[in-house]
Amino acid sequence: MTKQEALFKYTLRLGDNALILSQRLSEWCSNAPFIEEDLALTNFALDMIGRSQALLKYAGELEGLNRTEDMLAYRRSERQYYNNLLVEQPNGDFAVTMVRQLFISVFEKYYYTEMQKSSDEMLAAIAAKTLKEVKYHLAHAEDWVIRLGDGTGESHYRTQKAIDDLWMFSGELFEMDEVDSKLIAEGIAIDLDKIRPLWKAYIANVFNNGALQIPQDGYMQTGSRQGIHTEYLGHLLSEMQYLQRAYPDAQW
Amino acid sequence: MSTDTQLDSWEVFMQARTGANFIHQGSIHASDKKMALQNARDTYSRRGEGTSIWVVPTSEIVASSPEDVDMLFDPSNDKIYRMPTFYTMPEGAKNI
Repeated sequence: MTKQEALFKYTLRLGDNALILSQRLSEWCSNAPFIEEDLALTNFALDMIGRSQALLKYAGELEGLNRTEDMLAYRRSERQYYNNLLVEQPNGDFAVTMVRQLFISVFEKYYYTEMQKSSDEMLAAIAAKTLKEVKYHLAHAEDWVIRLGDGTGESHYRTQKAIDDLWMFSGELFEMDEVDSKLIAEGIAIDLDKIRPLWKAYIANVFNNGALQIPQDGYMQTGSRQGIHTEYLGHLLSEMQYLQRAYPDAQW
Repeated sequence: MSTDTQLDSWEVFMQARTGANFIHQGSIHASDKKMALQNARDTYSRRGEGTSIWVVPTSEIVASSPEDVDMLFDPSNDKIYRMPTFYTMPEGAKNI
């Protein structure tokens, strides 16, 4: 694997994470508990689609096969996606969406803080822009998790259940393979082992404030680094890609 | 348990640029100050409008009653000397 190939895969992962979570959050449009939250969640989705656009465009350039960001988003099949399993999980109830967002936003806060120092100028620039957005996503998700955890019996129960159900997808955020090690050596990628303890400490503090329990680390789901996904991604893609699959190159 | 799930009402004021007046944008729902600021931001500054936000609980706003409109506002209409245009500028005055 050349450095260029590794960087393509690495950038694709980041772009896929933003794209798939954006699609998930957009499903809340017109369905959120109240109008302000509807706007907040769709704002997050728009932040993420902007980020994925920048990342997939860059990935297409690195690949050198003239694939645009739209082709990468709408013409790849499930096994060619490299997003973390966590972001493709269904929205569930509001607690599930907020816990998923908390897990990913804490990770992204530390991740993109480090990424600003990447020797790859494009990734460093995208990181600086992304970090401002991520801080806001995190503040919002953190507030809600504490509010729900420390709220009524029902909201506490649902939030703890969301944590227990999603916990097995948290380990995958920190998986690294030869793509990572090659790019870490170049000063481009982030050593995720350094982020893991920070992530866990932050999450533990939020849970503590919300009277929530951190689950025992048990079996952790894995697969996305090889393009292996949960049963949910295919359905998500079939909806997201429908138009470009049915009417290739359709413009509007 | 209350069936009102809409939380409390807050009025949102936003400043377009530093030094400008805060202008009323509309209202939002939120359960506390922090959430009110976040919801105001998400509802009224989605396209980069604004440098600063105020949120005020709607219940804290004291409004005049429509019934008092005559008492409050009519008296000023027939006193044209309250308008600067009532006064003619003295000829030759420069710094007015």
